[in-house]
Amino acid sequence: MALPEPAVAKEWLAAMTLIARFEQRATELYAEGRIGGFLHTAAGEEAVAVGGVRALRETDALISTYRAHAHALARGTPPGRVMAELFGRVDGTSQGRGGSTHVADVGRRFMGGFGIVAGHVPIAAGLALAARHGGRDDVTLCQFGEGAINQGAFGETLNLAALWALPVVFLVTADRGAAPRPRESAVDLVARGRGFGVEGLRCDGNDVADVHRVVGDAVAHARTGPRPMLVEAVTDRRADPSPVERFAAQLAQADVVSQSARATIERDAAARVEAAVAFAQASPAPEPAMLHDHATAG
Amino acid sequence: MRELTYRAALNEALAEELERDRRVLLLGADIGAYGGAFKVTAGLQERFGAKRVRDTPVSESTIVGVGTGAAMAGLRPVVELMTINFALLAFDQLVNHAAAIRAMFGGQVRVPLVVRMPQGGGQRLGPQHSHSWEALFLHVPGLTLAVPSTPADAKGLLKRAIRSEDPVVLIEHEGLYGLRGEVPDGEHLTAFGRAAVRRTGSDVTLIGTSRMAHVALAAADVLAAEHAVRAEVIDPRTLRPLDLETLVASVRRTRRAVLVEEGWPDAGVSATLATRITEQAFEALAAPVARVTGAPVAMPYAAELEQAALPQVADVVAAALSTGAASARMEA
Repeated sequence: MALPEPAVAKEWLAAMTLIARFEQRATELYAEGRIGGFLHTAAGEEAVAVGGVRALRETDALISTYRAHAHALARGTPPGRVMAELFGRVDGTSQGRGGSTHVADVGRRFMGGFGIVAGHVPIAAGLALAARHGGRDDVTLCQFGEGAINQGAFGETLNLAALWALPVVFLVTADRGAAPRPRESAVDLVARGRGFGVEGLRCDGNDVADVHRVVGDAVAHARTGPRPMLVEAVTDRRADPSPVERFAAQLAQADVVSQSARATIERDAAARVEAAVAFAQASPAPEPAMLHDHATAG
Repeated sequence: MRELTYRAALNEALAEELERDRRVLLLGADIGAYGGAFKVTAGLQERFGAKRVRDTPVSESTIVGVGTGAAMAGLRPVVELMTINFALLAFDQLVNHAAAIRAMFGGQVRVPLVVRMPQGGGQRLGPQHSHSWEALFLHVPGLTLAVPSTPADAKGLLKRAIRSEDPVVLIEHEGLYGLRGEVPDGEHLTAFGRAAVRRTGSDVTLIGTSRMAHVALAAADVLAAEHAVRAEVIDPRTLRPLDLETLVASVRRTRRAVLVEEGWPDAGVSATLATRITEQAFEALAAPVARVTGAPVAMPYAAELEQAALPQVADVVAAALSTGAASARMEA
């Protein structure tokens, strides 16, 4: 896949590296018992997160699942705010009320991580409807894994999005490298989307440039249609080299990022992650008196 | 003051809010040209267009989810579900999503969504269209729950709901759509969390919402005419927030309470209210709080069985007498 401009390529690599280092550190902290609940990482999906998010404008909306750290970080949420959420602290993106599953940064139009498989898919259509209603040409990018495609909400939403010509891109990560799993559907995903009237595209989810190109096309179609689009990003989460390594190697080969530049990117990412951990540790735990904050007012 | 039906009052509320605020839009199956399963939205699509009064496929979960997303993005969607039974298909969106989002994201975003649905028996609609399930929604923190019994409250609570910053479930009653009643002229909003005292009395407090407010009033007539019992009748109007203060103050005066609920008895609204009243006014009670509820059965079709499953005026009268209401004045 053709590489982007050098400055853009470097920024993508830095973003992917930050996500990978952040999640590696979070996994360690989870093993140490310093992060509670569930910790679902997007390890091996850094290219899908960065390639997809970089295909958006700032005013476009993004919505995700319980693998949401990568999306917040890709959208520019300070790593310390994300780590503080994992620590359950008041400076977390959701003030410690959501945890890993419910990182969100509404100010950056990242409308959150959701924990019910496919539960956020109709919500994405609602975000797209609001853009149309307001006369804006903003697109909503709705990210999820292929486990969601057999939920009723997925089929219902594709039908409605096609019927109402909603500017939403459904970005489905299909991990084909995972341990063998029983087949969950008889019909290919892109074919299924067409059955609902939603055109589908496929990309190499381990190649950030390919993800960016294909999601970019889908976003452009969604915006100008307006219309919904489906993108299947085929990944291999156990791939060696990882998507981050693979992109770094491509950039090294093309003389875009030298070995020393790569080392600098790594060092910067590690420093940002350690600063994020320090920020999260220094952030106070919520007071029990805050229990009823955000109770609905009626 | 004019007289309107409950149905027309709801229609007027929707029309006024659509007129007032461009962010308001209606979503629901057959709400457009058809005017809604119970004709509540009749004429609105013609007046406001198909983009603001949107017919949807029969996909309850997704309609509520779309409403939630649109509300997160600043619109004021009002979703109609054809019956409360169908609302169960949308329960994930209502409970896991709409009700939770504000707290779950630390207050970054709010969900000003209204979901309307009719409930209730008496129309012989059978076991999958006739239940009364305020209790299911009352269980969920994060959902405001409005249950209007009169045309004035139907209009006032719906308009108030549309202006709420948080999700509201508004439950209408199939047996009340044709009910006529006075509705104030001009802008009319009904506050949440303020009970209405429908009739004053000193011997026993009858508490009911929706159609049961009317059953309680009819029982109060019988108690006065046949038993010389002066019953106070209170309609909470919203169950969350609940005007517990008005309920408790009344029960402290009358020393007797009868809770009337069309829904099932176990873990129901009356079970909750009985506990809360007892917690606050135990020492004032002359008798245990009495309950009249729907029978715990799948609602039958046959008219005789359906009526047997629904609280009747005579049941409420008997419950009031069982609390010793007829001897209340002698004690005083």
